[in-house]
Amino acid sequence: MNVLDLITLINGKLLNQNANLTREIKGGCGADLMSDVLASIQPEAVLLTGLCNPQVVRTAQMADIAAIILVRGKVPPQETIDLAAEEKIALISSPFGMFELCGRLYQAGLHSLEAPVSDPSCGC
Amino acid sequence: MGESSQVHGRIITDQQADNITRVEELAYELKVNQVMTRDLITVTPETRMEEALELFRKDRISGAPVISENKLVGVVSIEDLIHCLQKNDLNSTVANYMSAKPVTVRGSDPVIEALKLFVNSNYGRLPVLDSDQTLIGIITKGDLTSGILKALQQDYQEEEVRRYRASHLFEDIESDRSSLILRYTIKQGDFMRGGAASSAIKRALLRLGATPQIARRTGIAVYEAEMNLIIHTTNGGVIRVEIEPDQISINVYDDGPGIEDINLAMKPGYSTASETVRELGFGAGMGLANIQRCVDSMRLESVFGKGTSLKLKISLPNKETVGEGNSTNEEE
Repeated sequence: MNVLDLITLINGKLLNQNANLTREIKGGCGADLMSDVLASIQPEAVLLTGLCNPQVVRTAQMADIAAIILVRGKVPPQETIDLAAEEKIALISSPFGMFELCGRLYQAGLHSLEAPVSDPSCGC
Repeated sequence: MGESSQVHGRIITDQQADNITRVEELAYELKVNQVMTRDLITVTPETRMEEALELFRKDRISGAPVISENKLVGVVSIEDLIHCLQKNDLNSTVANYMSAKPVTVRGSDPVIEALKLFVNSNYGRLPVLDSDQTLIGIITKGDLTSGILKALQQDYQEEEVRRYRASHLFEDIESDRSSLILRYTIKQGDFMRGGAASSAIKRALLRLGATPQIARRTGIAVYEAEMNLIIHTTNGGVIRVEIEPDQISINVYDDGPGIEDINLAMKPGYSTASETVRELGFGAGMGLANIQRCVDSMRLESVFGKGTSLKLKISLPNKETVGEGNSTNEEE
């Protein structure tokens, strides 16, 4: 599945026009905790999140995330959109909630790219 | 088409095909006056069609603007010439065959405007006017295509040249030990720019020829440390990255407030972060554990009330050195 297929599947709206729509998505990860994302996500995943600040894009850049979906039709601040444009990472807003989105993507064949916690004593 | 707008023997690779969306972007960024032909060959309404034919043949052009008293009054094209030849009327003047009141574009318009006009009409060329309605050039579909290709090639080459230069940085420098030091000052509480330094460091490593895996590990570790400086320090701090061909040494330090209990701070899930910081998606007590996971060695020293210093090392195996023109490090 590439970014364009993804947008169609989730009735998404692409917020930065310069993203590479042919970039391949290899799986998914859903989280609002950026440290969790950095700790667990594998490269070339789509990130589903309710968080809208620029740190989402920074996290995506550091962790080689292929696309970001903002859940429940959230519209991020302009800083976030500008940063996504600068880094050329697709920033998509979808009207569906996190649960519905995970379901749709999983059903369409995307699998989890979240690694299990290496230290089980983690209290979070 | 002028010589400058020609693109020689270009092969489109997969990577360039990925740039298709960049083409759309360029269609808005590039202005008509950047891609148009400036050296104009013009005729007047009184020019005889026979002379126009000779001009077209000699200069290998397929159309020309018609000027009268410094004003654009029409365009005469090769189709008009064919029309004239069919009637065996070469003694006639341009005025009888030109298209009067031609559709024009402005030099300051983005090329997308010209593109739209070409798509929605069957014009082969459009005269270009400036804001005073003075003719400054002419644009053809060929000018558009080669203008965009040239801009794309330039984009592509700029990054290639940067990468090439950086990836050979250490090759021609003789010393017992060479290194490149990058320093970044991080402001306390600057959440909006949080991660900008890490982003620059990751990009620098990729240009130096680091593998995507090394760049990713370094990026994540430095990013967590950068967010720690923004969230927890009194006055911000400094990130210092020393890059050697076979290792990356990172030192992140600040002047307070220091960590009270390092063992507790290292424990995943332990956090002293405020609710505001947590709302930003950070401060869940995962940062230091995350950093440790990404690096080969980590040393955290802190004096409560004085400050904290975090030292990280990532070693680069033989085949993955940076700045020595290592060709195995090409990004996937």
